[in-house]
Amino acid sequence: MKMLINVAETVVADALRGMAAAHPELTVDVENRVIARRDAPVAGKVGLVSGGGSGHEPLHGGFVGPGMLSAACPGEVFTSPVPDQMVRAAAAVDSGAGVLFVVKNYTGDVLNFDMAAELAEDEGIQIAKVLVDDDVAVTDSLYTAGRRGTGATLFVEKIAGAAAEEGRPLERVEALARQVNGSSRSFGVALGACSTPAKGSPTFDLPPGELELGVGIHGEPGRERRAMMTSREIADFSVNAILEDMDPRGPVLLLVNGMGATPLLELYGFSAEVQRVLADRGVPVARTLVGNYVTSLDMAGASVTLCRIDEELLRLWDAPVRTAGLRWGM
Amino acid sequence: MLDADFFRRWMAATAVSVERGAERLTALDSPIGDADHGSNLQRGFRAVVAVLEKEAPGTPGAVLTLAGRQLISTVGGASGPLYGTLLRRTGKALGDAAEVGEQDLAEALRTGVDAVMQLGGAAPGDKTMIDALVPAVAALGDSFAAARAAAEEGALATTPLRARKGRASYLGERSVGHQDPGAASSALLIAALTEAAGE
Repeated sequence: MKMLINVAETVVADALRGMAAAHPELTVDVENRVIARRDAPVAGKVGLVSGGGSGHEPLHGGFVGPGMLSAACPGEVFTSPVPDQMVRAAAAVDSGAGVLFVVKNYTGDVLNFDMAAELAEDEGIQIAKVLVDDDVAVTDSLYTAGRRGTGATLFVEKIAGAAAEEGRPLERVEALARQVNGSSRSFGVALGACSTPAKGSPTFDLPPGELELGVGIHGEPGRERRAMMTSREIADFSVNAILEDMDPRGPVLLLVNGMGATPLLELYGFSAEVQRVLADRGVPVARTLVGNYVTSLDMAGASVTLCRIDEELLRLWDAPVRTAGLRWGM
Repeated sequence: MLDADFFRRWMAATAVSVERGAERLTALDSPIGDADHGSNLQRGFRAVVAVLEKEAPGTPGAVLTLAGRQLISTVGGASGPLYGTLLRRTGKALGDAAEVGEQDLAEALRTGVDAVMQLGGAAPGDKTMIDALVPAVAALGDSFAAARAAAEEGALATTPLRARKGRASYLGERSVGHQDPGAASSALLIAALTEAAGE
């Protein structure tokens, strides 16, 4: 697989140097791998720190800025960052109001953030954690590592970020983040595998004419393989899987997310089909976001995330945000 | 008796087998994981060897504690905290004796493995590193060679299992038929004991 890189070992550092040059409003510590708002810590404001393996861009570094994350810690490709990064990030953004860690539910992320929380608390930083686990494709939570964190991470980071920007206290920001996660469900499909720089070839074989239903965002195969379906059929399958698992009453936020290698032309067509199913099922869509936000390197495919909202969540969703990956109202 | 030098040789021998086995570990991690186990451990054990050379800790306990801390700081993923905790807790259990016996090591490693099980929540049979480490610790009272054989057998025995922890667990039945990469790397760690002992 051809890749626009120098060598696999420097992929993350090279991208961070690019972020630093392109975004002077951010402080990018290439050596220690922390991306932070240049104006951090903001007096009286709760800090919001997330992180995870690289390869999901713009998540998380592309969501650092006013109205969203205070800092992000990128790990190696598809590998959780280390506790040292998270402690450094927490120290950089803590104004004394405490720091919320937004953690996607993967064994590595959970273990490293847990260790980081202990170390940061030893340094006198108040830490709260919220776990994002929105992927309904993981049905057998008892015998797995539990549901994965996917598209809902964007909703959690945006809404909790807006609440923090308004000066809400740590307990409230944490409670809102939990509410968003608890109200969100996702389902993803892959039309092709992705290739990690370290391996250089696709992480699994997906023959032409087949697709994977219920994929995660790390190039792992899904739960089920079927003959290729149309956009209409995939939308039916995905939305039904989600609605089986959530209370569909009330308006929702809709994210139609590209995995990295699916053109926006296809994504918008798919989004139209998702909207059709939701209309048929009587679910009103308050806001729609279509694009590549929680990606999986060069994987072809898409995911759907719904978040049931109330007035407050919608107001926080609409609040101004200025990051590399998401920007409106300012 | 085993001195600090033995433990440095153990870590160095592990680093060598991880370098040699990196491609195989990554290949095992490909169908049921995310194809990076080899490169992650390579990065970690290179850093372990470097820090042990630089700081030259003087006791067996200090060697393993420092090695564990270094893995936690450099590997990331699940394997960083899990292998880091294994070595750090084993090192702490060895205390500050200048030399330890093979029985002391067996007991300390049992403490380390218990800590890993507590941290990761895995039990024997979940298709994880625990499936190589638990039989290895049980056999360590006999000899390093017995522990090595038990670890290698335990790692191979993960192949027919269905994963219940970690990223492979998302595959359900589709994880059956693949050896667990974490169990395979744990077998390398245990095998390196015989190399450090010159067996």
